Amino acid sequence: MAQLFTRDTQAIFWNNNKTAIQRMLDYDYTIKREKPSVAAIVAPTSNNKFEKFFYGPDEVMIPLFKTTADAKAAQPQADALLNFASFRTAYDVTMEALEVGGFKSIMITAEGIPERLARGMNESARAKGVIVIGPATVGAISPGAFKIANIGGTIENIVQSKLHRAGSCGLVTRSGGLFNELSNIIAINADGIAEGVAIGGDRFVGSVFIDNLLRMEANPEVKYMLLLGEVGGTEEYKVIEAVKSGKIKKPIIAWCIGTIAKHYDSGVQFGHAGASANADSETAEYKNNAMRDAGIHVPGSFNDIPEIIAAVYHDLHAQGTIKDIKEPAMNICPKVRRSKEFICTISDDRGEECTYAGFPISSVATPDTGKGIGDVISLLWFKKQYPKWATDFIETVLKTVADHGPAVSGAHNAKVTARAGKSVVESLVTGLLTIGPRFGGAIDGAAKYFKYADDNNLDPKAFLGYMKKEGVPIPGIGHRIKSLKNPDLRVTGLMNFAAANFPKTPLLDYAKTVEALTTSKKENLILNVDGTIGILMVDMWRALGYTENEIDEFIESGTLNAFFIVGRSIGFIGHVLDEKRLAMPMYRHPMDDILYDVPEAEKL
Amino acid sequence: MAQKAIREYDAKSILAKHWDKYFPDFTYAYETVMVQNGSELKDEAKSKAWLKEKTLVAKPDMLFGKRGKNDLVLFKDKKPGDVSLATATKWIDDKSSKEQSVYFSFDGDTPTGDAKVDMLTHFIVEPFTPHAQEEEYYISATCVGDDDMLYMSAEGGMEVEEGWDDKVTEVAFAITDTEAEIEKKIKANIPKDVAAKDKADYAKFAIGFFKAYRELNFAYLEINPFVMQGSKIELLDMVAKLDDTAGFMMVDEWGDIEYPTAFGMEAKSPEVIAIEEADAKTGASLKLTLLKPEARIWTMVAGGGASVVYADTIADMAGIDDLANYGEYSGGPTTGETKFYAETLLDLMTREKDPQGRGKVMIIGGAIANFTDVAKTFTGIIQAFEVYAEKMKEVDLKIYVRRGGPNYEKGLKDIKEAADRLGLYIEVYGPETHVTDIVRMALEK
Repeated sequence: MAQLFTRDTQAIFWNNNKTAIQRMLDYDYTIKREKPSVAAIVAPTSNNKFEKFFYGPDEVMIPLFKTTADAKAAQPQADALLNFASFRTAYDVTMEALEVGGFKSIMITAEGIPERLARGMNESARAKGVIVIGPATVGAISPGAFKIANIGGTIENIVQSKLHRAGSCGLVTRSGGLFNELSNIIAINADGIAEGVAIGGDRFVGSVFIDNLLRMEANPEVKYMLLLGEVGGTEEYKVIEAVKSGKIKKPIIAWCIGTIAKHYDSGVQFGHAGASANADSETAEYKNNAMRDAGIHVPGSFNDIPEIIAAVYHDLHAQGTIKDIKEPAMNICPKVRRSKEFICTISDDRGEECTYAGFPISSVATPDTGKGIGDVISLLWFKKQYPKWATDFIETVLKTVADHGPAVSGAHNAKVTARAGKSVVESLVTGLLTIGPRFGGAIDGAAKYFKYADDNNLDPKAFLGYMKKEGVPIPGIGHRIKSLKNPDLRVTGLMNFAAANFPKTPLLDYAKTVEALTTSKKENLILNVDGTIGILMVDMWRALGYTENEIDEFIESGTLNAFFIVGRSIGFIGHVLDEKRLAMPMYRHPMDDILYDVPEAEKL
Repeated sequence: MAQKAIREYDAKSILAKHWDKYFPDFTYAYETVMVQNGSELKDEAKSKAWLKEKTLVAKPDMLFGKRGKNDLVLFKDKKPGDVSLATATKWIDDKSSKEQSVYFSFDGDTPTGDAKVDMLTHFIVEPFTPHAQEEEYYISATCVGDDDMLYMSAEGGMEVEEGWDDKVTEVAFAITDTEAEIEKKIKANIPKDVAAKDKADYAKFAIGFFKAYRELNFAYLEINPFVMQGSKIELLDMVAKLDDTAGFMMVDEWGDIEYPTAFGMEAKSPEVIAIEEADAKTGASLKLTLLKPEARIWTMVAGGGASVVYADTIADMAGIDDLANYGEYSGGPTTGETKFYAETLLDLMTREKDPQGRGKVMIIGGAIANFTDVAKTFTGIIQAFEVYAEKMKEVDLKIYVRRGGPNYEKGLKDIKEAADRLGLYIEVYGPETHVTDIVRMALEK
């Protein structure tokens, strides 16, 4: 891989570091990337599903996941992990990512990871061919393509330092702050950088100078390299070797900082943890001389770096190795942006005609469109176009649950409220407020428990045992009067429809084996209409290709209940209108229907 | 710094604490005490009978080696092995009562280089262990490059350093080596001069030693020598460094560990300790080393790399005699943290006037920040100016600022305005000025 990152590179960002991620997206917008460079965020302790970020003047949502594995499964194309965990957990996060696999590069920002862990982590990555940038780094950048987190600083500085488009220098430093400084110097004295990496300040970092310089040697966009080393360590000698052996042919400019260290005992630590000379050959002065002897361009001091850059650049430019760059057009991020208070992902009324999930209302409303209420629900509730068998099933459900007579508690409440002189909407919501775990909730419950049993391969007997232990009667099982011999025709209808139209019905098949067991105990312990609806909804979603997790979320969020709410509203409104039409008076419950048992309150 | 030297006493205590895990086939009596003076030793003797019953060895425990050559090991009164508690007590009181000169390098027995002069404050006292020379062995482990190295020798004692190549067997281990691979490599490389009867035991001890080195996160571990008498081990002399970044995982394993300052180095000043404490509490980085507090040039530099470049440049242009400190603040410190850091520096630099009557210089430098909010950190510096303005004027302090990064325009404007308002001399530069150019400007004044 000659290039560290491309315009298509996407990252998974471990830790919801909003400022850093926003900086990446500002960069993406500025350089007109097609896709945001952050595909997913791992935030183990967050319960949110996404985080909003600005993308230019607009906002985008980036999905949040609890684990790297989940994020990677959802965004398999994202092959860079930006590990922003603390020094306590950065090791575990890296090792987990290596385990999950599919990452080409892992950047680790934490400083002070225990050395032994850092070494193990770097070695494991190397064995798997994964490039590690860091630990203790601000990252890396491929100008015009991809930028890690905060590197380059603010968007103004990035443009100032020409980091928004590829130049011709390959820049490798230890220090992150000086990386920025050198980018600026290179922009002023040459044409900017083609790729840059701050390898990190800890003693043990993953990719070292030579790894990065060899990649840059192979990268045709890089015409010359700048290496900023530091007192301590022997990594610069590997570079000298590569130059001597001809592995690196492109010109290198290099300087090691920390020349001051020679004046003091080893007790004074100048610079990063990695910077401490244990031998003469590790001093900055010695390394600078050795690099100079090898033919590397070494200035007299840090102050002279600008001159030497200008000289090398102008040479290469005069030779024609470096061509003039045509400055690309870029977007300008607005200075002032306001975050949106609300998000809508289902309909849009900004155009000529309001749309349901992208479909103008007129395209689904009239009979000639061939669309029914099931289609509208599939668009507005699920943002998908369900096939006909599924929308037919949804409509069948709505029709089936529309009413169940005046005696059930919801309808009764609606009627009592209507008779108190309240409006249609007031009476309706009184009825709706009754819907819950005991009234209508069996649909949710049946879906939840039967799915649980099926997911966990519980045979009917084990399932009954489990429910007994939970202390819950099985939702969706049992009817007041109906039995196998005297079947509920609504249930029969639903089952026949499913048999004829569903691709398959695994959960219903399972539920029937449970029913066989329960009815063997008692005649009326049949699969009732609520149970059948809940179970068939799960089968429908499975057949439509939803994952088990997504279906679990539908159940958790009360989607099944929603079908009951919509359907039964039809019935409630009927009862309310019925009361209005009959002009029934205020209802008062007969006293002889109440058991009064009111002892005098004890004095405490 | 990740690797920190610990006292011999602490090194032995850590090994003793985990002895049965790593050396189940050996015994170690762990008869050792650390004292600061004679009366502490007498107190220890109340609970540790061996101090009265056995003859003793005493030596300073202050990170430096070559104690024998510096004549700082007490093992004989009239003849070797006759040191009583009373003699040791008197010797420790004597040695700790006045400054001692210690040489760090020798050519044969002749000291080379300058001696460091300092007080001896910590001593380790142990029983005298009579043993034969051939029972002494050497072992050490550390990390070189990417590998762990184990050094083993049949010859213990200080002779090891002369003739290292002949006497020491070196074995390298990759970080990923399994326990089985480690054991195999060690067994295959036991120095040939180890007595035949001891070879198997030496291997066992070396395996345990290397495991302890790895698992207890030592950065360096040396026993020179240890004495092996059958299954009985004595650790005569130890040197150890810990990887202090592993401290959060090793709370129980290490116990209460102190990282002493090297002998002859000035003890850490309260200001340095205060900065270290502040550093430990923040995710940002605050570092301070005092090089020469009476010197006239003080640096307050943001960023680890930039701080080195400023120090390099000052050393190049002015020499190190004028450089008072080295340090950095970085990683996005809060306004309050920056204020504290600035106040600490201002307090130090305004205590005395320059003896030669020159004005003092404060370099507030930094590269172009990646994410540190310059205006926010500069607000902290401005607040510190407000507290110290009068004192700053007394020492004729000139301030030179160079910085870039998020919000730098505001930061530079604010600090200029504040200094003007307070009547302080200031020059302010942004990213258009080369990062270290303010050093040149300051020195030309």
